[in-house]
Amino acid sequence: MTKAMNQQRTALNGDEAVAYAAKQSDVDVVAAFPITPQTIIVEKFSEYVANGEVQTEFVCTESEHSALAACLAASATGARTFTASASAGLALMHEMLFVASGCRAPIVMAIANRALSAPLNIHGDQSDSMAERDSGWVQIYVENAQEAYDSIIQAFRIAEDVGVSLPVIVGLDGFTLSHTLENVTVLSDDDALKFVGTRQLPNVLTHEGKSVPFKLDPENPMTMGPIALTNYYFEFKRQQEEAMKNALEMIQKVNVEYAELTGRSYGNGLVEPYRLEDAEVAVVCVGSTSGTLKTIVDALRQDGVKAGLLRLRTFRPLPVEALRSALQNVKALAVMDKSMSFGGNGGAVYHEVRHVLYDAEAHPAVVNYIYGLGGRDSSPRELRRVYEDLLRILKSGRVEKQITYLGLRE
Amino acid sequence: MSREKSWKEIAPAGVCSKSSVGFMTGDWKTYTPVRDLEKCTLCLTCVMFCPDGAIRWRPDLGKIEFDYEFCKGCGICANECPTKAIKMSLEQE
Amino acid sequence: MTNVSQEWKFTSKEIAEKPDLFLSGHRACAGCGPATVLRLIMKATRGPTIVTEATGCMEVVSSIYPYTSWALPWLHTAFETAAANASGIEAALKVMRKKGRAKDEHVDIIALAGDGGTYDIGLQALSGAVERGHDFLFVLYDNEGYMNTGIQRSGGTPMGAATTTTPAGKVIPGKVEAKKPIAEIMLAHDMEYVATASAYYWRDLLTKVRKGLEVEGPAFLHVFAPCPRGWRSDPAKTLEYSKLAVESCVFPVWEAVNGKRTLSTPSKLIALAPKKKKPVDEYLEGQGRFRHLFTPQNKHVLDEIQRLTDERWERLLEKCVEP
Repeated sequence: MTKAMNQQRTALNGDEAVAYAAKQSDVDVVAAFPITPQTIIVEKFSEYVANGEVQTEFVCTESEHSALAACLAASATGARTFTASASAGLALMHEMLFVASGCRAPIVMAIANRALSAPLNIHGDQSDSMAERDSGWVQIYVENAQEAYDSIIQAFRIAEDVGVSLPVIVGLDGFTLSHTLENVTVLSDDDALKFVGTRQLPNVLTHEGKSVPFKLDPENPMTMGPIALTNYYFEFKRQQEEAMKNALEMIQKVNVEYAELTGRSYGNGLVEPYRLEDAEVAVVCVGSTSGTLKTIVDALRQDGVKAGLLRLRTFRPLPVEALRSALQNVKALAVMDKSMSFGGNGGAVYHEVRHVLYDAEAHPAVVNYIYGLGGRDSSPRELRRVYEDLLRILKSGRVEKQITYLGLRE
Repeated sequence: MSREKSWKEIAPAGVCSKSSVGFMTGDWKTYTPVRDLEKCTLCLTCVMFCPDGAIRWRPDLGKIEFDYEFCKGCGICANECPTKAIKMSLEQE
Repeated sequence: MTNVSQEWKFTSKEIAEKPDLFLSGHRACAGCGPATVLRLIMKATRGPTIVTEATGCMEVVSSIYPYTSWALPWLHTAFETAAANASGIEAALKVMRKKGRAKDEHVDIIALAGDGGTYDIGLQALSGAVERGHDFLFVLYDNEGYMNTGIQRSGGTPMGAATTTTPAGKVIPGKVEAKKPIAEIMLAHDMEYVATASAYYWRDLLTKVRKGLEVEGPAFLHVFAPCPRGWRSDPAKTLEYSKLAVESCVFPVWEAVNGKRTLSTPSKLIALAPKKKKPVDEYLEGQGRFRHLFTPQNKHVLDEIQRLTDERWERLLEKCVEP
């Protein structure tokens, strides 16, 4: 029985769903710069501001780098902040991503995942946020517009938890999700607001010897963003790693709470297994292609194949235990990567899943499929071939090709 | 100097825990300002110009105080004093 | 439009008695011009104030963890971002006040940056923040080079100066380009208040800081701040150089209120009595960064510096009006 009685079914594309969720989350400051395919988020939000539907200061900064700097400073002042970007914009923010996580600012940022230049490409792939996996931000990737809406609301709770205090990226595939209209069930304004609550600030000990809320406040002066030399820097970084550990717990907790409120949950918040319990062949996928793969799994199951899917929802922090536990019975595993790590012998998700399974009890064959770069569509037939390859590996006991470029014209 | 703290003990995000008035820079100096109080007209120019705030006007005492714990011996006070009431000297205070 | 013509009256004793908000124990070099400038600027604050600073000398020397020299709330994020930070702080306070999560009182926001964080890498954020009309005061402490990283040239480095990226070599005698007229650029943004100041004239500096804070919107203050380390000059002469720069018209002091520009007294005295204008040589000769110009083969650069100084001075006089 869901607690939220007056959820409403509406039609929104991924970007609109994100903007709507931000609208309902009592965001104080939005500082953003437009970039395809995120533009609808900022445009929609601007409409809300212009119509007085939100009490938010919307700062149209002159670049993404300044956008994140402004969000960080606003967050440091105690405000709840939100922004969005993609591709080159996210890349331009690169420096500030590390600063934001180092300053423990719980900024929520939607990334409409898009390919990086050069050549210029406006379409969807995950290279932009994958390239930021070391930046200390929590990363959650969604499968559809519904989940985009839900995850933005959840993100504020995850980010602002005192034990976490980390910024969060919610990634939605560019154009595939950002621009595609779907049915989205939204909470009432009251229920959404109650779920996110007001931002709680952790207390810090300042140079005045007082333990006060962590914000820039003339009543309680504090110095934020100092230079830390070789004798201190390392300790601050270790703190961030601890925060990531806490985020693992918090993401699962919020997933449960949100399910109680709405009836919707996404696996355990970290991973979403699909028909995986007895699967012999399986695919790990991040993002919207998981939807297509689920359909293929169903078709294969009809044909008697023990096929399954693991959608990796939380990429950072990497859910090591959840991955090992979900994949423990799989004998041949394909990991999909909608990005490349040049010269790295495979994509980011492949590396991480493979290393997680290295110490697991069972050692499945793990292969990599790089697909969809620059927004290239992967047809169901192509994706089904991934499972056919896995079945061949299962049968022969041999891996012929470690890394396959799906849909590439050779 | 106290033991440096572990990662569990320090405030997150690098919020500074000590005021710099606990860090004495006075041992940086080679030359030290020596005052001829008879020439001083209390114009307070030295107070305004000291980069380190090591020269202070004490209204309670009615005099200017030089804090040698922070004075770096730059010589700005001596150079700018309109009555040449300050001289930089190699002798330590 | 704010009325910035009110003069704030103060005595030396009143200023001297105000507790320092930029504290002793910072690690600036002996004789540091920017340190004096910062101490003085903080004396002109009028109430609750938040400072955000760009990466640079003053940021580094004042915030070596765990020590801080800041007795007020202070944030540093990156090199380019002083003005972007100020925008975020201003937006946050505006909203939080409306929502009852911040005290309902005005807070002055000061963005501090050196010439690196203003002329060059910080220019975009500064221009954007000013265009958006945020209520903050941007103070540039100009020591004419990227001093914190070891004296490299900036857009604010004057012609002829030797820096590590414009060394005085056999073929090229120091920086070839002239100093970017940053205050003119900011003036072209149609700001309510743009001013230049030099630390020696501390009363003028304090007055201008206060005026900048009083503006309801963006204000820009360009402060000349000699660096004895980077300029290879006598640390004791830091304030003397900040005086000579004005007296030789290398760095004139003026203020522009809603575009109407007037010379400030130290420069006005020279305009009224041109014989008082000192030749640039007097300003340049004690500085190691210009030493190579005092040779026969580089004399043409000295001449060019004098010519350019005179030209910019004449142009300034044409643009100024009587107060």
